[in-house]
Amino acid sequence: MKHTFWTKPFYYVFAFFIASISLYPILLMILSSFKSSAEIFTSPLAFPKSFTLETYKNLLDQIPFMQYFLNSTIVSVVSVSLILITSSLAAFYIARFTFYWNNMLFFFFLMGMMLPIKLGIVPLFILMKDLNLLNTLWALIFMYTATGIPISVLILTGFFRTMPHELEEAARIDGAGNLRILWNVVLPLMRPALGTVMILQFIQSWNDFFFPLVFITDEMKKTIPVGMLSLFGQYSADWGALFAGLTLASLPMIVLFFIASKQFMEGLTQGAIK
Amino acid sequence: MQLATDSAKEVKKQKKRNWKRWSIHLFPIPALIIYGLFVVYPLFAALTYSFFDWNGMVRGDFVGLKNFKDLFTLEPFSGYFWNAFGHNILYFVLQMIFQNGLAFALAYIIFKKIRGAEFLKISYFLPRLLSVIVVGFLWKLILNPNYGALNVLLEKIGLGHLQEAWLGDPDTALIAIILVNSWYGLGFGVLIFLAGFQSIPKELMEAGKLDGATGLAMVRKILIPLMIPSIMIMTVLTFIQSFEAFELVYAMQGSQGEPYHSTDTLAVYFYRLAFGGSTGGSTTAVGLGSALAVVLFLFISIFTGLYLKYMQKKQVDM
Repeated sequence: MKHTFWTKPFYYVFAFFIASISLYPILLMILSSFKSSAEIFTSPLAFPKSFTLETYKNLLDQIPFMQYFLNSTIVSVVSVSLILITSSLAAFYIARFTFYWNNMLFFFFLMGMMLPIKLGIVPLFILMKDLNLLNTLWALIFMYTATGIPISVLILTGFFRTMPHELEEAARIDGAGNLRILWNVVLPLMRPALGTVMILQFIQSWNDFFFPLVFITDEMKKTIPVGMLSLFGQYSADWGALFAGLTLASLPMIVLFFIASKQFMEGLTQGAIK
Repeated sequence: MQLATDSAKEVKKQKKRNWKRWSIHLFPIPALIIYGLFVVYPLFAALTYSFFDWNGMVRGDFVGLKNFKDLFTLEPFSGYFWNAFGHNILYFVLQMIFQNGLAFALAYIIFKKIRGAEFLKISYFLPRLLSVIVVGFLWKLILNPNYGALNVLLEKIGLGHLQEAWLGDPDTALIAIILVNSWYGLGFGVLIFLAGFQSIPKELMEAGKLDGATGLAMVRKILIPLMIPSIMIMTVLTFIQSFEAFELVYAMQGSQGEPYHSTDTLAVYFYRLAFGGSTGGSTTAVGLGSALAVVLFLFISIFTGLYLKYMQKKQVDM
């Protein structure tokens, strides 16, 4: 394609300008968390003068952030593990066997990606109440596992189907059962796909705000996102602590992203492209 | 004797083989149970709930289609419904322009091999990693009329007359929220479109060039038709997401869609009906809420279904 002499510079200016809009609010959030509230009000845009950690101390005094953090970690780790186990079992069944209901089963799982589950929240609330799961982390763990299964089954089934059958056959002749074949032969070859599922589901369960909003009212059972709701509800004047809270809530995800940015970006888009 | 143990061994072996054969059918069971109980069942239950009268969370009499009728004809419910519905439409249209239009342009620029592509991708994508509630609260602070960074920035660069109470003014509040949503979703769109551009066979572009297609003609005649799969994905996802819009509105404007319901969406209205606050008080209207859920569910699935079908046909036609 022919470029006029100004197209390339225009591309650069435009692309980097938008990038600065993407980055600046996050930078502002982190920098403001090191300013006292008074400093934020007088000079919100300036670089922090003294880098105070007072804001973080205030934050930890005001809300049980460590408890939120622990809850978020438990919920995310357990639901991601459950998703990996249940989805790989189901995907193995769908991809490696040809029972005549397999397509129907696959479709049944895929349907879940289109279902707006939030609209079922009233029956879910009643279900959780009947199961005595309200105000427990299990309510969240079950929800994230259930909502994570469809896309995970899709990704894993896609991967299973591309793998050659020979290794499996060899193991079968050696007398290995299905579970052993899945665990010892197939799964080790699936690391990239399992990684994708793990990252995708970890982001979802770590960041979700809707389910704990409905299922959790006990302060000690809250995850970080609903914890933010308590923070902003009760301490809305202490902007230093607010920015510190937002920063702490986002930091784990941002750090992980910089460790594995490629996998993150692939993970989040993969489900959509397939 | 010897014979008997032999046959017993044989039976045991046979049993083991049978177990091995049918145990495979246990594999999809855990996923089916969890997914069935916590995703499929509640949505079907919501459908049946909509035909009953509800007193709080306790089910009353069967009332047929009364909830649906009330939803569309009884004030204030019908007023809320159409008000929120209009906002959802605007949400979708503006997201298509600001988020997806911009994402398409940026993906094209990155595809044209500009330096710093990796940095740009990471920058656009970074907001997507934050929890939506963090995004909402962060922007609420930035858009604060007195101390917020945006108004201060406008002042600094001599555009003080543009200062606004962004979230307090019914004219700007919804648009502000939609723009924040676009800020959040931009990077995802860029990645989807970029993957689309990269999957276009090089030969087709070369052929276009040889035929003398330049600039816009190239984009219109070659790139856009070949980009239909990714455009389709983004349109459907944006549609679903716009009609489910809840978290950001809730975080920034509360369950009433302040100011004066000017940012209300169907999902926020649904939340009010289901968990209280529909008429300002704490009374719930589970029957109406379930009816709204069913309407919204049908609307989303019918439109996405039709759109996908139409686009598939269009793709075959080309």
